[in-house]
Amino acid sequence: MRQLIGTLLIGLTLGSIYSLMALALVLVWRSTRVVNFAQAGQAIVTTYIAYEIVTRTGVFWLAVLFAVVAGALLGAGVEYFLMRTLFRHVDEGPVAALAPVIATLGLLGVIKSLVGMIWGNDFRSFYPPVSTDNFVLFGETIPFSRFNILVILSTTVVMIIFSFIFQRTDLGLSLRAAAFQPEIARLAGIRVGPIRTIGWVFAGVAGAIAGVLITPNDVLSPASLDVLLVFGFVAAVIGGLESLPGAVLGGVVLGIGVSFVLNYVGTTLIFPTVFVVLLLALIFKPNGLLGSKKVRSA
Amino acid sequence: MTSTERVLAIRDLSVNFGGLKALSKVNIDLHQGEVLGLIGPNGAGKTTVFNALSGLVTPASGSLELYGRKVKWPKPYQLVTNGIARTLQGVGLFPDLTVLENVMMGAHHLAKAGLTQSFLGLVEKDEGHLRELAQTALERVYVGSLAERRADTLAYPDTKRVAIARALVSQPKILLLDEPAGGLGPQDIEWFNGLVRNIKSHTSVIIVEHHMDVVMSICDRISVLNFGELIASGTKDEVRNNPDVIAAYLGSHKAGAK
Repeated sequence: MRQLIGTLLIGLTLGSIYSLMALALVLVWRSTRVVNFAQAGQAIVTTYIAYEIVTRTGVFWLAVLFAVVAGALLGAGVEYFLMRTLFRHVDEGPVAALAPVIATLGLLGVIKSLVGMIWGNDFRSFYPPVSTDNFVLFGETIPFSRFNILVILSTTVVMIIFSFIFQRTDLGLSLRAAAFQPEIARLAGIRVGPIRTIGWVFAGVAGAIAGVLITPNDVLSPASLDVLLVFGFVAAVIGGLESLPGAVLGGVVLGIGVSFVLNYVGTTLIFPTVFVVLLLALIFKPNGLLGSKKVRSA
Repeated sequence: MTSTERVLAIRDLSVNFGGLKALSKVNIDLHQGEVLGLIGPNGAGKTTVFNALSGLVTPASGSLELYGRKVKWPKPYQLVTNGIARTLQGVGLFPDLTVLENVMMGAHHLAKAGLTQSFLGLVEKDEGHLRELAQTALERVYVGSLAERRADTLAYPDTKRVAIARALVSQPKILLLDEPAGGLGPQDIEWFNGLVRNIKSHTSVIIVEHHMDVVMSICDRISVLNFGELIASGTKDEVRNNPDVIAAYLGSHKAGAK
């Protein structure tokens, strides 16, 4: 029983972080119809910035603030300087139409190389603002810490804020409209370019928070967020790629699934399991767990 | 009856698509309270006039005057702030959004709350105001009960009504209707004709339409395009009896001669 509860709690924590990366991917997808593989690269830069701040000042929350601002600026920069250029040519053929997605893969490689050149390939780490020591309940150690609670709370708050913006503000409505029918959105008075940039800014923020929250329980290296990108992407697909609550649900389902494999089967089967889940999701729920033609996505 | 105040004047509008002249020195006037029919055979350039007014194509030459002031040809997002709303041939609803949200998009420029205000909680009132405007616009075109349906689940005539609601909710001074009667049955057309007659006192209308019964029923004046050139402009009777117009529609001057 103790192992079962522990497995669920670990899964919930892992799932929260996958959810944040999934949110970042969904936000970009919803605003520009691009799967942003560079999201991991952007997040690794912001996490190294956080690392620099936290090692120099010892103030974790200042590091989070810097990471979030850097994530927002990076997101805006990638959209403004790279995506807008590529989007001018998307009507010129099938390859040009795919160019923005392919470019994000290229950008991921460039960013990781640059990060390796600047910070090296050594593993680094930084301490969280609260304890990572597991709770002891009735004499039993539960694999759940104050930091895990912080991770889950942070994800919940971020999800609520983004859902509120998307569902209850004119900005959110504009973001949703601009993604699907940019020309008609323009005729309704929406400046589609800046609106798309805002979508990338939000995604940059979510990715930055994910990077900062996963590192205290892990290590930091130029490739350390690659797995997070893959799992975040799978979570986003499970959630339907369109829906913010779907991304969170997908992350939690995947996190708990990974935790069960980790605790009851072994680490070697984690990746095969994740990709089998991805394939099953695509085959049986291609519109995602919350996706349906008749149900409005958040 | 129409008042004489001119709300829109297009002068010498030319649009080229590569080597093809889509429009050549076209002049169009629209007056306050007027319904202007813009007709012509397929490919005559009618929708291109709308596209130039909407900023979807860039004119090679020509000038635009709105409400007595000379203005630059607008960008698409400036259309509504210029007091102009447009419906599209293909309806152009956002399939993923609800009917109400689609219409709220038309009132987007009336929203004042930005991101900061959203966080401060001031947005609820603003968003509620947009919802009210959108619901009223839907009820005006008799589809208020469809507000929470997704747009891609509607029957075609209903999508047309929603598109008109989205245009009207922006409170336009000028309404551009691109083939609004296409695909509608007689009852819907009758309703549509009544709607245009009702709104024209405060919203001047330019209508591109192949359905000649509609054009003859609701238009005060008609301009006729053929191969990108304006070949006639005047009252219904003047245009109906113009030999160039008859020729354009029937294929030869001889055929068009009375």
